[in-house]
Parts: sequence; C-alpha cells; structure tokens
Amino acid sequence: MSQIAARQRLYRRHRSSIFHGFDPVLTAAVVALLFIGTLLVYAATRDWYASNGLDPQYYLKRHVINITIGVLLAYGTTTIDYRLLRAYTPIVWGLGVIGLIIVLIPGLGSEVNGAKAWIALPGGFQIQPAELAKISIIIGMSMILSERSHDRDEPTSRDVLQALAVAAIPVIFILIQPDMGTVFIISASVVTIIAVSGSPTKWVVGLLLIAVLGGVVATNTGVISDYQIKRLQTFVDPTVDTQGTGYQLRQARITVGSGGLIGTGLFNGPQTNGRFVPEQQTDFIFTVAGEELGFLGSGLIVILYLIMLMRAFAIARRTSDPFGRLVTTGVIAWFAFQIFENIGMTLGLMPMTGVPLPFISYGGSSMFATLIGFGLLQNVHARSRG
Amino acid sequence: MNQRSRLSLLVAQILIVSLLVALLGRLFYLQIAAGPIYRDAALSIQSRDVVAPANRGLIVDSSGVPLALNKVGLAITIDRIAIDKQPDKGVAVMQRLATLLKLKYKDVYTNTRLCGELPVGKRAGCWTGSRYQPIPITKEADPDIALQIVERPDQFPGVDAQPISIRSYPGLFDVNAAHVLGYVGPLTEDDLSKDTGKQYFRSESIGKAGLEIQYDSYLRGIPGIRTLIVDRKEAITRESQNTMPIAGDHLVTSLDIRLQSAAEQALADAVKRGRANGYTSDSGAAVVMDIRTGRILALASYPTYDPNAFEKGLTVQQASDLFSEKKAVPALNRALQGLYAPASTFKSVSVVAAAAAGYDLNASYICPSEVQVGTRAFQNFDSRDQGRMSLKKAIAVSCDTIWYQIAFDEWLRDGGLRPKSSPNDYFFKAAKAFHITEKVGIDLPSESKSRLADRDYKKSWFEQNKEFYCNYKTRATKAQLTPFLIQLAAENCVDGDKVRAGDAVNFSIGQGDTVVTPLKLTQMYAAIGNGGTIWQATIAKAIVKTDGTVIKTIEPNKLGTLTTAPSTLKFLQAALREVVVSGTGAGVFAGFPIQISGKTGTGQVFGRNPNGTQKDDTSWFASFAPSKNPRFAVVMMVGQGGFGASTSGVGVRHIYEAIFGVKGNTVVPGAAIYQNGKPPTTLPKISPATKPKEAP
Repeated sequence: MSQIAARQRLYRRHRSSIFHGFDPVLTAAVVALLFIGTLLVYAATRDWYASNGLDPQYYLKRHVINITIGVLLAYGTTTIDYRLLRAYTPIVWGLGVIGLIIVLIPGLGSEVNGAKAWIALPGGFQIQPAELAKISIIIGMSMILSERSHDRDEPTSRDVLQALAVAAIPVIFILIQPDMGTVFIISASVVTIIAVSGSPTKWVVGLLLIAVLGGVVATNTGVISDYQIKRLQTFVDPTVDTQGTGYQLRQARITVGSGGLIGTGLFNGPQTNGRFVPEQQTDFIFTVAGEELGFLGSGLIVILYLIMLMRAFAIARRTSDPFGRLVTTGVIAWFAFQIFENIGMTLGLMPMTGVPLPFISYGGSSMFATLIGFGLLQNVHARSRG
Repeated sequence: MNQRSRLSLLVAQILIVSLLVALLGRLFYLQIAAGPIYRDAALSIQSRDVVAPANRGLIVDSSGVPLALNKVGLAITIDRIAIDKQPDKGVAVMQRLATLLKLKYKDVYTNTRLCGELPVGKRAGCWTGSRYQPIPITKEADPDIALQIVERPDQFPGVDAQPISIRSYPGLFDVNAAHVLGYVGPLTEDDLSKDTGKQYFRSESIGKAGLEIQYDSYLRGIPGIRTLIVDRKEAITRESQNTMPIAGDHLVTSLDIRLQSAAEQALADAVKRGRANGYTSDSGAAVVMDIRTGRILALASYPTYDPNAFEKGLTVQQASDLFSEKKAVPALNRALQGLYAPASTFKSVSVVAAAAAGYDLNASYICPSEVQVGTRAFQNFDSRDQGRMSLKKAIAVSCDTIWYQIAFDEWLRDGGLRPKSSPNDYFFKAAKAFHITEKVGIDLPSESKSRLADRDYKKSWFEQNKEFYCNYKTRATKAQLTPFLIQLAAENCVDGDKVRAGDAVNFSIGQGDTVVTPLKLTQMYAAIGNGGTIWQATIAKAIVKTDGTVIKTIEPNKLGTLTTAPSTLKFLQAALREVVVSGTGAGVFAGFPIQISGKTGTGQVFGRNPNGTQKDDTSWFASFAPSKNPRFAVVMMVGQGGFGASTSGVGVRHIYEAIFGVKGNTVVPGAAIYQNGKPPTTLPKISPATKPKEAP
C-alpha cells in the first residue's frame, strides 16, 4: 500500500464523522475539566460582581465564549493533518515572536502585575503572545528533531542546536517581559522534547544542568526583577502589606486548607466570596476548588489531569511517527509543568508566578492555547491508528 | 522509536506522575491533616468582633450610697472606616478636630490607630479595639464643642459625638477611698497575657486596682458582641451574631461613706499636725473595723490620688507621680502594704507573754530609768525612773524597763546565746497566737505579710547577710563605716543567727525587726476587744444583681482564737482602758463622753530620708470602743509622725467623734453613724441616686 493511499484512507475515515478518531477518555477528562472550570469561574466572580452592582454572570458569559472559540480552534486543529502543520510552523512561530516583540513596545503592550505580557485589542480584549509561542516552539522543535537523513535514526548535535535556537528566541523575549513561569514551562518542555527525540544524552544532561544553574543564578544575582523577588519572599505582617505576595500565598493556603474534606459547597466559600485571594478566577482559581469543593473536589481535578496526561502518554507511545510523538511529548510537558506550577504555587510548593491553570482558569489566550494543544493530541491520536 | 526515546518517555511519565501525586499529597496535608488550623485562620480573617461594653456594677457602702458608679460622658469618636475613605485618609479632619479639642494632632492620630498598625515601641495610646467601632478621642467633651462637631458634618465627616458610659467615683461627702476602690483602665497586652486574659475583649475597660480588680469578674458584666463578616477590602458583608451586653453585678461593701470620709479627714489632719510639730509625717493609714465580724468600716491611706484621673486618660506626669518616692508613693496602700515596727502598741502581746510565763499581772514591778542587759544599758522612754508600780499602770504610762527586765530574764531562762533545745519563747508564742505571721486576708490585692523576728527569722536573715557583715569593711559604703556600725557588723558576723539579749528586749516593746501592717494591728486589737476572736478582714458584704437578687454574700470568717486565759484578756482590756483614763492617752481623750480603750506607740525608725534628715518616729494609736462591750477597733499610724498620742491619738479621737456623733465633749443625739450602735446587718437598696444621711 502506497503512502498516498494510506493517507487518503485515513482522511476519508476521519471525514466520516467529526468525532471519529477522538480518544474518548482524553476527551471526557478535558470536557469534565472545562465544566468544573466554568463552575469555578462563576463561583469566583458571582458574589463579587453582584455586590458591586454588576452583572454576576459577566465572567461566566465571557468564559463560555472563550471555551466555545477554543473548542472551535481545537476542532480546527484536529481536522488538519498535523503533518501539514509543518508547512505552517514557520509562520506560526514568526507570528509568535512578532507578538512577543510587540508586547515590549510601550503603548502597544499592556502591563499587568509587573509583567508586559499582553497586547490590548479593541473591545477590552487582550491576547498573550507567549501562549502562542509555546505551541510554535513545540511544533518547530519537533519538526527539526524528527526530520533527518535516512542513514541516521537519531538527531545530530546540529539538529539539537537548531531546535534550541527555535526555542531560545521567543524565550529571550519572554524573559524580558518578564514571565518566569512561562520560561520555566517552556524550558521543561524543551528538555523533555530533546530527551524523547533520542538526541545524544550529553545534551539532555547538559541542558538539565544549565536549567538548574540558571535558576540558582537568576534568583541570587538579581536577574529576577524586584517584583519577582518580592513574590519569592515570605509573608511577614498581614496588617502592613495587604496586597503583597506573602499575603496572597498565605491567603491561598488558608483558603484551600479551610475547605477540609468536602468543602463549603459551591458558591458558599466565605474566603472566595470575600475575595481574600486575589486573581482567584485566573491564577488562583484552584483556591476556589479547594475551599468550595474540598479535598474530594480538588483531588478529583488533579486526578482528571492525571488521566488526561496518561492518555496523552499512550498516544505518544503508540504513534509510529516521530514528529507526532515529539509534538505529543511537548504538549504533555507543557500541560504537566503548567499544572504543577499553578497548583504548586497555590499550595505553597512553588514560588508565585502568573501562570493559568489549563482548561480551568479564566482567560482567552490560555484557553485557546490549551485547547489547541488538546486538538494536537487528538490529531496525533486520530492519525496514529492502524 | 529507538530505545533511548522509549526510556526517556518512560522517565518523563514517571516524573510527571510523581509531580501530580505530590500535589495530591500536599492537598491532603493542607485540607485534611492541617485543615482545622486553616479553618480557624480563615475564620479569624473573615470575622470582626465589635465589643459593646457592659454597664459596670456599682460599688456602694453599707447604706447603699454609691462609691463608684457610671456616669454619662460625651465621647467624640472617629469612624475609621469613614475617614480612611477620605482622599487624605482623614488627615485634614483629624487636624481640625485636634485644634477644636485643644489636643495634639499626633495624639489624635495615635489614638485612632489599631495597635498592629503602629511600630513596636510607638504603640502607647493606640486603639485596642476594632476598626469597626467608633474610636473615642475624648470621653468627656464639652457639650458646646460636641455640638459644633455634630452641626458641621461637612467639616467633620466621620466624626461623631455620642453619650458613653464612664466610670466615676463621685466622691460624695468628700470621700476619696482610692486605695480601697481602685480604678479602671483600658485593657493592656499584659492583662491579656495573664491567666484571666482570655475572658477579656480588646477595647474593654477593666478593674486595675483595689475592689475594682478584686471583684472585676462580677462588676464587669458580659460585653455584647457583634460579629461582622468582612471581605478583603474590609467591607461588611453580613452580621453573624449580635449579643446584647449584660450589666455587671453591684458590690455592697461594709464601708460607711461618712465614716470613710471622717477617717480620711482625721488622717490628713494628723499628718498636718505632725508636720506642724516639726515631724516629716510623709505617710499614714487609718483603719476602722467591726470587731464582731472583721468587716472593714473605713480604710484610708495617705498620700492618695484621684481615681477619676484614669478614665480621663492619665498624663505621663500623673502616672509617674503615683510611684514617685518624692511624692511618698501614693499608689501604695499603707494600711495593708506598709510595714512598721508596732512599738509600744505591742506591749499587749508582752502582757500575754508575761502571763503565760507565770508573772503575776496584779503584782507591782519597779520601772527604773534603765536596765542593764549584758554590756548595754537599755533606757526607759525619756530615761525616767518611775519607781514601783502595778503592771496595769506600767501599761498606762508605757514603762519600757519593766518589759526589758522580764524579756531579759526569760531570754536567760531560755539559754541566752546557747538556747535550750526547746525554749519557752513566751514572747514569740504570744505574737504567733495573734496570727502575726499570717495575712489578715483582706479582699484587696497585694496585702503584705507582717514579720515576726523570731529564731527562725534570725537564722534565715543571717544566711542572707553574713557575707556582707563578715566582710563589712570592704562591702559597706563610706557613709556606713561609722565606729558604731562597724562594731554592729562585727557582732552580727559572730552571732547574727542568734536571738541576742538586745533582740529579746527590743521585741518586748515592739522594736527591732518585727514589723506589722496597720491592718494587722487592727485585727490584733479587735481580738483583744472582742474576747479573743481573730477575724478575717473583709470589705465586701455581698454581690447583688441589677434586679436585686443577691448572688453571693461574704460571711465573717473566724481565723482563730487567742488561747490566753480570759483573766489575762480582762486584765489587758482594763489596762488599755487605763491608758486612756490616766496614761499616755488621757490628755487626748480628756472629757470624751464614750469610754475608749487603746494604746499609744512611738516607734523608732533607723535610717535617713532622701533629703538626709534622720527619720522621725512612727506614730501609732491602736484602740477599741466602747470599753464596755466594744464594737469598733480604730487604728491610726502616721509614718514619721512623732508621738503616738499627739499625732495619731488625736486622729483616732476624731474618728470616734464621727462614729458616736460627738461634738466637743457631748454626744449629739442622732449624729452617731450607727443609730443602734452597730453596723447594719441587712443589705441596702442599691441605686445610683442614693444620698448619704447628713448629720444633724
């Protein structure tokens, strides 16, 4: 059977039903997360908006719109053969880098919480090019590391260097913003992709060492801005610094801890309704789950992520296409480290950085990017059968 | 997929699963293991208690006349929530307010800050309550100024004037009684950290001294609590509980406001009299006790202070004056915290000792000008040789040498400097029978224990001081290196642990290391007067609820009985009567229509005043009356007051004049404080409006 015939057959099979070829467990886990996320965003904003005389469903409505757009984008991602993505990858990557440059230009980029990460659009919308950059880096690196001459099965050091360059350029711009959380997530993904690509071990080990060293040097020499140092410092006195980092982290821990086994019940969390935790519909949304749904509810969220990631690993293992496997690996690492960074920060295991919780946090760019990532997983899955 | 890729994928999978399991573990710790702690923390973050203080119970005298009550003050308050919303955070308003009230802006600013908002060390004057209740800047504003504030809300947004309950000591009949009543003041961190601290709320005023602190748990009542649930911006979202305050219970005391006033006046006059006679007279105390119950009818201490100053807010000067040595430490209640050598008033104990030792109380003894005790001659008072006289007369004229001789003989009989294994120690035993080593048990804080300089005391004293006396020349200051003191130190080093002849002789006339509080001496004389019962001294009679229900009565408590023979006590009573008839008290009480029994005391004090002068004698007069079927014991002490009779004796006479309604040398009908001759036994009706009965 010729390659072309096989491809056409896959194409036909796929066209026969729009859901055909979707991994049902992966899909169910993500749908469940989106549903829980919607409830949590509503719970986080409902009372606050109502008590200020605003539409209590303001965030709920926008969140549902974000999900709808995101699902359409995910669907779009699954319908294109991911192997065709290679052709568009340079364009996506280029757009991402341009976006990252724009945010740094005063007047075009808007600063939120000390980081210049957003481009303000008319109508109150904002986009975050760093989210787009994550996808372009994963696809770009996967492309370089999976294309190779027929006599070798493994990427050469030259391939690795090329792939690192693809990642390094956007990362430098993200460092300038600065958005250390995203840098951490991208770095973790880069190392994972290179490791799974079968690149020489020295590269994997070397990159890991550089990452650790980089982290230590950055925190000790002041490469990290004051705003970030402040975020890393611990809480001192609640009456003095009510907006400070320590306060937020402490409030987050108290809010989660006060939930106990079964929580206060959805919409009934006094910490949430009193808005003691800032950014609780975005970066700190897990506190809402902790307080209102308790250990059972918030534990369920972690288990849903675990199921999702396990399915994704199965996809990576099953596919025979190196490109698909690397894309899947990249997406897994991205999701996993972003989840760990976000929840870890909420629970006081990780320093405070502003990364949203995949599929749950309110926020368009993040929702679109993670759903596109989900689309990529489904895409690889659909085309790896038979 | 090659082997390395497969392995890398597996490693990545294991790593990622571990990370998520770590999250689950941490979640379990926070929510299940440490859940209760975080739930408490969340509760304290969300809720704010607003405390409405309860009306404090009244303190009344035995006829129901208020000694402490609550009056309505006009408080100027600042609403922190309101002024914080102003663009300048209320600075302009507070400045205007400071000018209007003639206060310093800095003080107004500090008064309205929560203590947590100010740096440690600069918290004096901070607000101990919550920011959700109006914070008082002054509690006694001029109504005109208050009106200006209320009428100009545009000038004073967030400022209000409202009536507030403040503790007041009305001082009816010019009574002060600060040392008995005490005072109230704002709760401090120290109060909170005490055992009782848990029941207090910040911003409460609590009892700080005297009866106010002793019976605080009754007087205070239960404050009302309004718990507000707030959000992060401190906006109130709802109210979770609202309990009304429950007024405190009233305290009925055995004091009589007229008698208290008379005792204070008599004491102040005695001090003046002492000074007029050239004595330093820096302090004093006067006590009147019902000898059938031990109840205190009046208790005064000099110098005193204004108990109302505390609610107004004490200035730094006022606060330091309270404990200033120069001002003779007005905070000290000398009736129960001052320790003085009892001097000749202690001869009553010596009579009991002599009787126990077998001396014939009805025999006559010689009263020479001096008695040779070992190598030293002990002089009679003023070195007078008074010849042979009865023991009764010896008490009346306060002969010392008779007691020197008896004490010295008994000391020798007990073995002298090499005491027998079980010495008779008649003198020490007599003092112990009067419970001199125990507290009088009065219901006021910080009573001092009187001290008996017996054999055990000497031993422990020597243990603590032998280092000093045995190295006197190197340890002592230059001023202390006089020949007399050096010799004394040498003696102390040799046999300082022993009761020496001099100690025994001094003890018999109430000099030396034995010291008592005026209250202890009152208790002792009450026992002589009542036939031997030692009563616990009490001030409170009952705790009464606002609706009149009696919730606790304080019954008289018998602490012990004198074991001496009734005949001895009879002799002693007669001797004490003789003091007033023909002895040292005769001049003072000449013509007094009521029979008084008592004893003068003039105690020598070793040491110098801060200004370098030699300390003057302690003036005592201890007494009970009427001599037949006595009811009252009255004791006055004036520190550095000079002679017992002329300073304190006259003071005691003034107190008896008030008790029995005596003007000049006649009893004015209806003027006696107790119409049927004894303090009331029933509880009075309590009302803040009760007025004392005026004497005709």
